[in-house]
Amino acid sequence: MSEFPHCWSCHTILVSSPLLCSNCGKVQPVAETDYFHAFGLERKLVLDTAALEKEFHRLSRRLHPDRFARATPEEQQWSLAATALLNDAYRTLRDPLQRTEYLLKLEGLEIGEEHAGKGKTRQPPADLLEEVFDLNMQLEEMRMNQKMGEDDPSLHTDLINARTRFESLLAEVDTDLTAKGAEWDKGDAAVRDQAAKSMAALLDRRRYLRNLVRDVNEVLTV
Amino acid sequence: MSMSEEILNQRAGTERIVGIDLGTTNSLVAYMEGDKPVVIPGVDGSNLVPSIVALDIPDPAADNPRPTVTVGNSARRALIENPERAVYSVKRLMGRGLEDVQDELKLFPFRLADDIEPGEVLRIRLGDKHFTPSEISAYILRQLKRNAERYFGSEVTKAVITVPAYFNDAQRQATRDAGRMAGLDVLRLVNEPTAAALAYGLDRAKEGIIAVYDLGGGTFDISILKLNDGIFEVIATNGDTHLGGDDIDNLLLAVALDEIRNEHNIDLRQQSDAIQALRKAVIEAKITLSSEPAAKLDIELPDGDRYQREIPREVYEQLIQPVLARTAGPCKQALADAGITPDQIEELVLVGGSTRIPAVTKLVDEIFQLSARGKKPHTELNPDEVVALGAAVQASILAGSSTTTEELLLLDVTPLSLGIEALGGVVAKIIQRNSTIPASATEHFTTGVDGQTNVAIHVLQGERELAADCRSLARFDLKGIPPMQAGLPRIEVKFLIDANGILQVTAREQRSGLQSQIEVKPTYGLTDEQVETMILDSFDHAETDFEARQLIEARLEADTILSAVEKAPASPAWQLISDEEKAAIEAARLHLEAVKPSGTLETIRKATTALDQATRNFAEKMMEAAVSGAMRGKTMQTASEDLGDDVNAPHPFAPAEFK
Repeated sequence: MSEFPHCWSCHTILVSSPLLCSNCGKVQPVAETDYFHAFGLERKLVLDTAALEKEFHRLSRRLHPDRFARATPEEQQWSLAATALLNDAYRTLRDPLQRTEYLLKLEGLEIGEEHAGKGKTRQPPADLLEEVFDLNMQLEEMRMNQKMGEDDPSLHTDLINARTRFESLLAEVDTDLTAKGAEWDKGDAAVRDQAAKSMAALLDRRRYLRNLVRDVNEVLTV
Repeated sequence: MSMSEEILNQRAGTERIVGIDLGTTNSLVAYMEGDKPVVIPGVDGSNLVPSIVALDIPDPAADNPRPTVTVGNSARRALIENPERAVYSVKRLMGRGLEDVQDELKLFPFRLADDIEPGEVLRIRLGDKHFTPSEISAYILRQLKRNAERYFGSEVTKAVITVPAYFNDAQRQATRDAGRMAGLDVLRLVNEPTAAALAYGLDRAKEGIIAVYDLGGGTFDISILKLNDGIFEVIATNGDTHLGGDDIDNLLLAVALDEIRNEHNIDLRQQSDAIQALRKAVIEAKITLSSEPAAKLDIELPDGDRYQREIPREVYEQLIQPVLARTAGPCKQALADAGITPDQIEELVLVGGSTRIPAVTKLVDEIFQLSARGKKPHTELNPDEVVALGAAVQASILAGSSTTTEELLLLDVTPLSLGIEALGGVVAKIIQRNSTIPASATEHFTTGVDGQTNVAIHVLQGERELAADCRSLARFDLKGIPPMQAGLPRIEVKFLIDANGILQVTAREQRSGLQSQIEVKPTYGLTDEQVETMILDSFDHAETDFEARQLIEARLEADTILSAVEKAPASPAWQLISDEEKAAIEAARLHLEAVKPSGTLETIRKATTALDQATRNFAEKMMEAAVSGAMRGKTMQTASEDLGDDVNAPHPFAPAEFK
């Protein structure tokens, strides 16, 4: 970028968060800003959440509409928009999954619920085809039993074991995601490209597994 | 504003922002006095103003038939004597529709209008007039406003008003509308549990995770907050805006009505005054049972018989158990949403009159494992007042007027997910519940038909999958889209939930860059134009402070006669009256001076009349002297100038006129 935004009040260049002038403290009108930029952060997947919370509190104290109850209507509007952006950004960045999805979307990759299974039926992960088939059978059987008012304790146990299995698979995915995230942060364009594709696939896998666990829970808590 | 009011205002200095708790059963107004919040009492000295409004519909044939409104304790009497003219617990009707209130309507003495359509704001019928719930609430707010103005001796136009955390958009808008109608600029709507946390947070430099359990007259909220260095961050909130002390009252009332019908063969359900008398008795019994092991109901029935019944506490607790149990679900959901277990709650605060019930303390202890961890719930601040005190603290934060509060900040959340109705009647969630507010979401829409210039969006609140199971918030009609081929326009719609928890929508067609006009049809609500027409007349003479005004007038009358009597010895006629008369006048004057500052209306009037009587003879002598003075070339005018007082009508010694 050849042009840097300036504070409308004291004309200092805006560093760190573009929402607030670090020199005079005035709230700034918000242009289209991504969530990382709102916090004055580089686009990185590894993030110190404690530091993020501290910065969130610091910025909230200066930007929140409650601080602008006696300000001009213009500044009140800016405060409202800046705080909404700050809150949206904090909510997204502090959750590792949402952070990853958001970054990938920023980088141009199409991921997320609305794109999953687009144009094709949702396929289970290739390495789990048999397990997923078995699980779906068990779920069907359990639902039938419940309809008939029957109980099968061994089926019950099987489902609980299946859930534990899939939950540990989920934990594995999360570990992989974190590792890939660190790779992405440190890598060059090529590394990043690979890492991004891996993460997108991991997110798809995670979504599938999570839905399975949810289905089991639904059936078990009836 | 009159000249004297303006001067008072200037003397008062900066305008104060007050905090108001607009409660189901009682309302309060408070403000920050130095470093502590303080409740402002009413004329009668009490801190609580019952949320009861009674209207006296005057003769429609009269010249200017405006309703006489009574609010608070004086309206309580009307509730027993003329229940069809009184409205209580109007908060239960705010932002609601006909379908929502069918059950409680049966036990309310007032009626709704006959022609309310689905999705329309409710209208309460009193005489041949209709009032929306916001207008009734506005009368209560106006009373609180007046109490504050009387206390400060200056105008109050800005306030912070509290709402249940679980209130939806329509309920919040209705509250804000009520504020506007009462002549208040509502700077912020604050959630009640958060306000309570603020009031407690002032006492110590608190840190940690706290829960606020707020069970009031009509609503229940549970909020979980994280306190850190003056920041009060709500993590999760849940509740039931249709659950409270009123439900306990109605339960006891129903049981009593059934017993009376079975034992005495009278069905009181058709007689509203009998129901209200029974309700009053049942509420007294409920309160007794919070501290006594049993309570007694004893009322006279229309046929002269008596209905007598003893209620032991065990029976009472069994009866109300299902009501209290309804608070457990929201507590568990809030904990789940916050991602914490009960043992992670470090402090718990009880708010609302209904938390005085021992069974409630027991339930809360079980859910949050308090005594098991050696903890007790906090009740140091009066559960009836703590919300108003917190609102006063927030008012102070907004005013930026106090060093005590300037570093405090509330970060609250929206309690319900926000969604848009999509094809198939399904809801697409765009803002999740428990998102910190202000919060926003941006969605894109396009047209389905060539040349289409309008797009309709239906916005809802709730957690369910189908629109039919969620709460309709409003329909937004985006207009002024430049006509294009179907699917070409790219309309960017920005949804913004502000710091009050109220939704704002803006839209822009991106290809042309044109801002779309948006027509809003609020569900169960009023448009801005409608609110404008309902703003209460600030010079409405037929209003609540009739007695207060009479008192002021009586004091003014007393002042007039006293100042005339003070000048009496200067008159030549003073020499013409006997010593006994002079003594009598002096005695009457001293008596009036004594009762004027704090006497009742009657006492002051009596004393004024007594002084008037005592000076009657002297007045006549003065007139004679003036007349003979005139015949000696002095006029009434010069005679009065000698007296140092203007004797033009009305004459200071003319009989006082009391209306």
